[in-house]
Amino acid sequence: MKRSPGFYAQLVFTLLVCAFLVVPMVLSIAAGVTTNYFVGIKSGLTLKWVFEVWELYSKTIFLSLGIAIACVACTAAIGVPAAYVLARRQGRMTRLIEELIVLPVAVPGLATALALIQFWGPLAQFRTSWSFILVGHVVFTLPFMVRPVLALMLTGGLRDLEEAAATLGAGFAQRFFTVVLPNVKGGVLAGALMVLTLSVGEFNITWMLHTPLTMTLPVGLADSYASMRLEIGSAYTIIFFLIIIPLLLAMQYWNNMTSMDKRKGGAS
Amino acid sequence: MSARAPSATLLHGALIAPAAAFFLAFWLLPMVRLVGVGASGPLGVSAYWAVLTNANYFRSLIYTLSLSAIVTLATLVISTIAGLFLERNRFPGRSLLVATLTFPLAFPGVVVGFLIILLCGRQGVIGDLTKWLTGEKLVLAYSLSGLFLGYLYFSIPRVILTVMAAAEKLDHALVEAARTLGASPWQIMRDVTLPALTPALISSGAICFATSVGAFGTAFTLATNITVLPMVIYGEFTNYANFPIAAALSIVLGVVTWVVLAAARSLAGNTVAAAA
Repeated sequence: MKRSPGFYAQLVFTLLVCAFLVVPMVLSIAAGVTTNYFVGIKSGLTLKWVFEVWELYSKTIFLSLGIAIACVACTAAIGVPAAYVLARRQGRMTRLIEELIVLPVAVPGLATALALIQFWGPLAQFRTSWSFILVGHVVFTLPFMVRPVLALMLTGGLRDLEEAAATLGAGFAQRFFTVVLPNVKGGVLAGALMVLTLSVGEFNITWMLHTPLTMTLPVGLADSYASMRLEIGSAYTIIFFLIIIPLLLAMQYWNNMTSMDKRKGGAS
Repeated sequence: MSARAPSATLLHGALIAPAAAFFLAFWLLPMVRLVGVGASGPLGVSAYWAVLTNANYFRSLIYTLSLSAIVTLATLVISTIAGLFLERNRFPGRSLLVATLTFPLAFPGVVVGFLIILLCGRQGVIGDLTKWLTGEKLVLAYSLSGLFLGYLYFSIPRVILTVMAAAEKLDHALVEAARTLGASPWQIMRDVTLPALTPALISSGAICFATSVGAFGTAFTLATNITVLPMVIYGEFTNYANFPIAAALSIVLGVVTWVVLAAARSLAGNTVAAAA
């Protein structure tokens, strides 16, 4: 196929946009493994900054991963049953609930954090523990679990399948775990990946909720950018990329798989 | 059979109770209390007007809103061009391009701020490049243009994905029909493609605007002299312990973002209905 000049103009434009996004990432990776960034690459390559970050900040990495996993567990535990009810009872009340649970995403994280601090702050033990951050992450990520699960629960066959199981004498628990859950597990997985990614990267709420003993990865990043040399901030950013990019790739892969399934389903 | 027995109501109530209780305890009630705290300072309820009457707050409100509006506009233009191009053309390396465009989606604002410093801060490549070209070092990171670039950085991936998804659903028969009727590429763009993309552009534009208005991490890392409203709120809270004003300003900010999102949804919804 012959390409028009318009094609090349748009290609160059798109490549420029990509460069704007990618060049800074490459720079930070380069700076993180350079002995002295101000001198340049010729000062030599080193992993000592990465090791130094590990020594200073490895706790923040484990805390972030722990909070993210707990956040997935919490949003699934309360979000999947809620999505089931929202799917079964479509009415004014459930629409209102759907509207309400996205509010923490719509309003700035700073507002959510301030509200949590002034309401729960007096409970010092809760305020200073990592579960305080977890709570903030769960309210923020809950809609990202509910939405994909709800979408699958609303698709045609599930209700009939469940009623068939009920006629055959299956109780609710049996129906929920052997009919409903297996049919929406794709939505749960998509939601879980999204919740993990958002929780690991959350800063706006977490910055206000953290204490010196409950520093998460993004909070540690902000701390290193403000107080450490550029190479350490960069090496720390590399570690962040190493955690977040596989999550993003998994999410993309999963979305491609499911949209291909849908296309196949539409054709048959 | 599907008539609801009281036991079903009970069951549904029990299933939604954990989520409802959690949301009530950790978001709705704290938020309601925050509205009260906003009015509890020496200014009383008029703290909510302070953002309009106090020159400093008003200035940062204007900064925040106009910066977000310009960023949104620029993001929509850039993402529509790149998104349409990527959706319509297949070429080697395309999926790599799409993947890299979506990476920054999950970067927190602080990381974006740091990347902007590496790009055009005091030791940034743009500085080196301009020094080599013109002898003068161009440092943008800590000014309004640095903030603009940072906001653009985290906005583009979100909007590009929406544009690509909407373009995928575009009815190709319409484009073909327009072409057979002799429409030029520009006419097809103006009369067929853009109207079909409008709902997606409105909703992703609104999300982009709301995110920019509430963005905190990027401004925090760049530590500019441009005080966007989230930075003012943070300052009032940590430096001056002025809780009522911090509360009032963040409620105002929350209302602004919520109104923009709600308006866009009803607008985009109507356009969808009109097109159908």
